[in-house]
Amino acid sequence: MALTHDAREARPRRTPVTWVRRGGLSTLVFALPLLVVFGLFSWLPIGRAVVMSLQETNLVTTAWVGLDNFRTVLADPLLATAVGNTLWFAALALLFGYPVPLLAAVLMSEVRRAKGLYSALAYLPVVVPPVVAVLLWKFFFDARPEGVFNTMLGWVGAGPVPWLQDADWAMPSLVLEATWAAAGGTIIIYLAALTSVPGELYDAAEVDGASVWRKVWHVTMPQLRGVLFITFILQIIGTAQVFLEPYLFTDGGPANATITVLLLVYRYAFGQSLGGDYGAATALSLMLAAVLAVLSVVYFRLTRSWSQT
Amino acid sequence: MTTSTSPAGPTTAADLAAAGVAAGAAASPAAPGRGRPRRGPRRGRRPGPRPDEADRGALSPADWRRPLVRRSMRLSHGVLLALLVLCGLGPLVLLAKFAVTPTQDILRTPLAVFPNGVAWDNLSAAWNDVQVSRYFLNTVVLAAGAWASQILVATTGGYLLSVLRPRYAKVVQAAVLATLFVPAVVLLVPLYLVILDPPLLGRSLMNSYWAVWLPAGASAFNVLLMQRFFDSLPREVFEAARVDGAGPFRLFWSIVLPMSRPILGVVSVFAVIASWKDFLWPLLVLRDPDIQPLSVRLPSLQATTDLGVLMAALAISTLIPVLLFLVFQRLFLRGAGLGGAVKG
Repeated sequence: MALTHDAREARPRRTPVTWVRRGGLSTLVFALPLLVVFGLFSWLPIGRAVVMSLQETNLVTTAWVGLDNFRTVLADPLLATAVGNTLWFAALALLFGYPVPLLAAVLMSEVRRAKGLYSALAYLPVVVPPVVAVLLWKFFFDARPEGVFNTMLGWVGAGPVPWLQDADWAMPSLVLEATWAAAGGTIIIYLAALTSVPGELYDAAEVDGASVWRKVWHVTMPQLRGVLFITFILQIIGTAQVFLEPYLFTDGGPANATITVLLLVYRYAFGQSLGGDYGAATALSLMLAAVLAVLSVVYFRLTRSWSQT
Repeated sequence: MTTSTSPAGPTTAADLAAAGVAAGAAASPAAPGRGRPRRGPRRGRRPGPRPDEADRGALSPADWRRPLVRRSMRLSHGVLLALLVLCGLGPLVLLAKFAVTPTQDILRTPLAVFPNGVAWDNLSAAWNDVQVSRYFLNTVVLAAGAWASQILVATTGGYLLSVLRPRYAKVVQAAVLATLFVPAVVLLVPLYLVILDPPLLGRSLMNSYWAVWLPAGASAFNVLLMQRFFDSLPREVFEAARVDGAGPFRLFWSIVLPMSRPILGVVSVFAVIASWKDFLWPLLVLRDPDIQPLSVRLPSLQATTDLGVLMAALAISTLIPVLLFLVFQRLFLRGAGLGGAVKG
């Protein structure tokens, strides 16, 4: 603070010497890590992404091709499949992963003993490394009748399910694992929001003779509106970039039933057969990013107003 | 996000909501970051008047006295706990069991409890023969470096933007903030090309740990989190230190950093866990199998390794994050409010 005040004071000319005297050099030392790391590994690549989407390159020669990369991507018949699958994944993830954590959190917030145990158990899957979780669940999804889940289904008389082997079952299976891995984080977010519901609101509702259900429905839920919207947006942003599950579980199969947008980006750039088409890869990732950036802005504005109220 | 009962202390819940949660909760250990602390008397049967009436949930003590409410809540809490144990703990218990079960038993009767004895040698086979020990060490080294890089950039950057505030701070802050809105997918290919041929350096960073460590430092979230926390520290202390002749380095090292332990803890835990989880980026830039971390190696081991040994390898890689979680549970759960934002 003192520094900015000093700088603004009388002195009409700022020479390098006065700049150093006023500690500009040591300030720059503190700025250096941020400037170098962000410059090289954040700002530069973001800028290059825009440039590269307009170029065709094989790392040796580079040519400007205008919007050709975007046209190539949009003409790719796989794109529609990938977008459709990503939307399907997002929709299923909302269906599985949105109501369950909310219900769990509302119930958990009324727990009076060993509350820590509940949150710890709920959060445990979140700390399991995702690769481990996927490889473990891949075994759980064993399609033989002896598979882990099929054995359990057998106990209640349900037939063996083909899980990852079948085009219709593959995506719901992926979502099941993804939901398991992520639900704990959402529960903790809801729990934090629930503790911030002012107790007076419940007191007031009781004076008016509200039942337990009405209190939950008319006091708790409206108070959670902001947080519900935020987790909604976060989930969309997260699911739109899903990669690990389709890549490790099924590698996009069977019959391209689980190929997602990010998997397509990966294949354009690093895949075995396509591979090396960096222009198309960045063009597609920019299109995805444009959609997500709008959502991020909404998210940011919301968290801002939400925390100020 | 901070509760109505939290002490007046930190006013960090200001702008970045999620950041506010972590900073605020971390700054004041007394703040009820996770749940209300100890509501009412311990015995649930007859809850008397509670000392802190403002701090309550949807159910009032009167509600709790009604047998119907009490019984249904007990029942639903019991069911919830059973489900949480089944879903949260179940897969991990199975993993632990598989890790010491002979492969044939895992394949034929995955849910039977050791029908043909325990195969402890799965663990040693994984650790020695499949060289999980080496990949484990690689993972630790990667996490340590990523942690150091994130802490260095976040603390110095936060200090710059919050305390030193040179003229260009506004521009820098806007540029850092802007990267928050760029999803990770955009960086994938161009960042890969930067690693392949970094400017000024003259040699490729491929197959070097720097390729993972350095980009990890470019986390706008960490910088802003740190900046918000520094903003909440009392300015008078800084002024007093300056009057006493402390320069910017002294101020940073002896005043600001020691006052920031809570937030350093949050950032550290998340840095280590994020690095342990990371898959795609190390897969792309660490092509040499000998230097790859566990997350990258495990999928390729899957094809060539005996199932029992693979399960042992999976169990070993899960151990450290789970232990970290159990030890630093409070830190995790307090910081988890920003878990979603970290992902983006």
